[in-house]
Amino acid sequence: MQTVYSITPSLAVLVSLIAAVLIAITGERNKNLREFWTLLASVIKFGLVLSMLPLVLEGKVIEQEIYRVTSTMPLSFKIDALGMLFALTASFLWILTSIYAIGYMRGNQEKNQTRFFACFAIALSATMGVAFSANLFTTFIFYEILSISTFPLVAHKGTPEALGGAKKYLTYLLATSIGFQLFAIIMTYDYTGTLEFSNTGIFANSRASDTIIIITFILFMAGIAKAGMMPFHAWLPAAMVAPTPVSALLHAVAVVKTGVFVVAKVVLHIFGIELLQRLGLGVALAYVASFTIIMASVIALTQDNLKRRLAYSTIGQLSYIVLGVALLSTSAVTGGIMHITLHAFGKITLFFCAGAIYVALHKTEVTQLDGIGKKMPFTMAAFTIGSLSMIGIPPLGGFVSKFYILQGAVQAHELFFMLVLSISTVLNACYFLPIVYAAFFKDPLPEKAPHDSHHHNYHHNSGSVERQHILMVAPLVLTAIGAVVMFFVSPYLSDVVRLVTSVLTGGK
Amino acid sequence: MLIDQLPAIIIVVPLLMAILVNFVGIWFRSACYYLTVATVSVSFLSSLGIMQEVMLKGRTSYRLGGWEPPWGIEYMVDHLNAFILVIITAIALLSVIFSYNPIKKDMPARVPQFYSLFLLLTLGLIGMTITGDAFNLYVLIEITSIACYALIAKGDDKSPLAAFNYLIIGTIGACFYLLGVGYLYIMAGSLNILDLSTLLPKVYGTNAILAAFTFFMVGIAIKMAFFPLHGWLPNAYSHAPDTVSAFMAATVTKVSAYVMIRVMFTIFQPQYSLSAIPVMPLLGWLSVGAMMYGCILALAQKDIKRMLSYIIIAEVGYIVVGISTANKLGFIGAVLHIMNDAIMMICLFLAAAAIAYKTGAKDIDSYRGLAKKMPLTTIAFLIGAVSVVGVPPTCGFFSKWYLLLGTIDSGNFAFTAALLLSSLMSAIVMYRVLQSLYSANKEISTKNDEAPLSMLVPIYVSAIAVVIIGFFSGDIISSVIQYTVPAGYK
Repeated sequence: MQTVYSITPSLAVLVSLIAAVLIAITGERNKNLREFWTLLASVIKFGLVLSMLPLVLEGKVIEQEIYRVTSTMPLSFKIDALGMLFALTASFLWILTSIYAIGYMRGNQEKNQTRFFACFAIALSATMGVAFSANLFTTFIFYEILSISTFPLVAHKGTPEALGGAKKYLTYLLATSIGFQLFAIIMTYDYTGTLEFSNTGIFANSRASDTIIIITFILFMAGIAKAGMMPFHAWLPAAMVAPTPVSALLHAVAVVKTGVFVVAKVVLHIFGIELLQRLGLGVALAYVASFTIIMASVIALTQDNLKRRLAYSTIGQLSYIVLGVALLSTSAVTGGIMHITLHAFGKITLFFCAGAIYVALHKTEVTQLDGIGKKMPFTMAAFTIGSLSMIGIPPLGGFVSKFYILQGAVQAHELFFMLVLSISTVLNACYFLPIVYAAFFKDPLPEKAPHDSHHHNYHHNSGSVERQHILMVAPLVLTAIGAVVMFFVSPYLSDVVRLVTSVLTGGK
Repeated sequence: MLIDQLPAIIIVVPLLMAILVNFVGIWFRSACYYLTVATVSVSFLSSLGIMQEVMLKGRTSYRLGGWEPPWGIEYMVDHLNAFILVIITAIALLSVIFSYNPIKKDMPARVPQFYSLFLLLTLGLIGMTITGDAFNLYVLIEITSIACYALIAKGDDKSPLAAFNYLIIGTIGACFYLLGVGYLYIMAGSLNILDLSTLLPKVYGTNAILAAFTFFMVGIAIKMAFFPLHGWLPNAYSHAPDTVSAFMAATVTKVSAYVMIRVMFTIFQPQYSLSAIPVMPLLGWLSVGAMMYGCILALAQKDIKRMLSYIIIAEVGYIVVGISTANKLGFIGAVLHIMNDAIMMICLFLAAAAIAYKTGAKDIDSYRGLAKKMPLTTIAFLIGAVSVVGVPPTCGFFSKWYLLLGTIDSGNFAFTAALLLSSLMSAIVMYRVLQSLYSANKEISTKNDEAPLSMLVPIYVSAIAVVIIGFFSGDIISSVIQYTVPAGYK
């Protein structure tokens, strides 16, 4: 495998950090300029990430050493296909989210917008840092920066409810990362002498006994709470108090996908497929993921708050990825990794819709959505597409990855997990389709006392509500289209993912 | 050559100025501040010069007045104390720059006395670090302590009582240390530290030496507020004037930790400290006690300075647990943590002092909503707090990293777990403060009302150091700390 040295990775990380500084300096004085920095940074960031794609597609690996903290602990970047895919997804969706966020924050007349956009930009830097990291040390640093920088975003409203949610958020993420993940990283370093990601896994030839390996593995899985695996999932519904752009990009894509990304890295590059197969840890992880998938779907059924329902759906979908990786067969890993991107488009669409409905009509509960399709046809059409992608119906992105995972379960001779996936599909349909049905086919509820009508003039002819909020509706239509397009470009996507799996399994 | 005289200059200049500043103060009260800043700057620059010398040439020594050791007093500088010297003098410089406004406000009539005592304290700490003579070390411990008692007593209403308590306990600690010195002198006939290290091995088996070692350890443990001998610290630090608590919090316990290392690994050889008596497991478990006790009690505090004082007790546990691992990684972590803890404590205490100076707020409840009023100071406090928790990329993470490695390497997973648990508890401690700072409070005006520049600059120097110094851990270890690791530590 050829290695290319380049400074582009650090530029891609830095660009949004610089943007954060510019945003803070510009502040409230010139709101348009402040928002311009966000947009500019998101476009440049995507451009920088994209510029590295051709090299990665040629099968090369891009490396950059930032700083050698000690001789065995460098802060360094190494971009392979897996990191590339994650970085591309996050940075592309940041562009759309930025536009949406401007529409949302202004439409909602939120306070502290400078802090909001600055922290958002820092969070994106941290996400890129995780995606590009060459070793667990670098990963951990950016993982923690991501936790800290998203905290003010969750607590944004400053109400007791928001502070409570943010506290839960930080407690779960910090307690697990310091209590378990750091422990596991230190154990890894002590027993293997390195933290570099390797294609065969660094534990393969170490002095660690099986017991130590199993303990370390458990500590890792408990420590990466961002992946939303039960029982450390409760922070995600709590984080839904954040403004919707945060929920959409960070808590459906960047933060949670950082979690599953790190899980994938640890499984594939720290422990290695062979070792996990020998110890049966892959299957054990798959059972935990299955439990999470089913439980999350069942809980989602009971949630009336739309964003919370989406959050539980995310928890379930994240475990699809973990399940795929944990099955350790080529197809399943491929499916799991592809799901990082494919789920992102569907889920961000759903969150965008929830936010648009909130800003335009101030509705947050599922039971309030009857007949809403007439007022917001584009939004609800996008919502339908997103839902179908979640359920996994062709021709939508979600189908492809689910198909691969199913195929992988067959390959691994684990038919139980096929059953899990089918039950989950049925449950997904049960909690998404009623919303779609109610929005389009039920009659609107009679308006209650128009106490909040001073906010908005309700025009009952369709379209005008959406026209007022074009900055929000346009991105969600685009991501919905993206969810469809993903189905058709998935062959290219699977080519990219094959670059990951081929080196791992020796080209089988 | 001037550079050869630096070990004398670093201590003689503050000593002379400590006296002179009183007289200058009679006629030019406002000059005291600038004189003190200049004096401490000289000490700081000298410490840098000494550091450079040591890095070039290794261990150097200076004979005070030209008297030959072991009869005369020798100042002995190696990598370890050169490193500590830089930390102390840098912290002293930050504190004294910071002191301009609070001292003028708190004790306008006693400005010269304050700076005189401040210089005395600085010189005591420098002397404790630089001296190569066990008895001279005792004298300097007492100079430091007396300056501390006097400075603490200048604080709020309860401070004289706190100072008196500290005086009693501190004197007992110093007596223990002196007894240890006495036993060694009887047994070995020398007071010079290097001399002792070659003379003592012949008498290692005797009970007198064991008693001396024990006296040393207990005496120093009192001075460094090591659990369960920490009782004096919370009262002393929380009632002292803000600038004084900041300076003391960042230095006194750290210098005492240095003295402990010196006693265990220079006066006594590592083989004695490691194998003659089971002191390492004892120190390790007491450190666990310190970490747990410090964090739990910190959780129970409302007063910010008191809360931070308990955090210091836990941090002392971190340093000692690193020493007790008896391996290289843990020891590196301990020495690194001496520096990192000093930096983050000065950052936190100065930020708290600035808030107290501007708003009078001293406890968590009265901190409500101050983030709007003093955003810059709050951010500095946030940085310090994050470092105490040990979140990367702040410096607290890097020393904790080595401490964790050390405990795992020694196979004491209980210590690893204790380190992580106390990190989590300190996260809760700090979260309470930050939540209060950032919560909404309609009663206070949201108008930006920041501390003056003479306070903000030291705060920000330390806050920036907290963020970036961690990345230089590798360089600091390879160029300084690795030479401090005792022989026999792998």
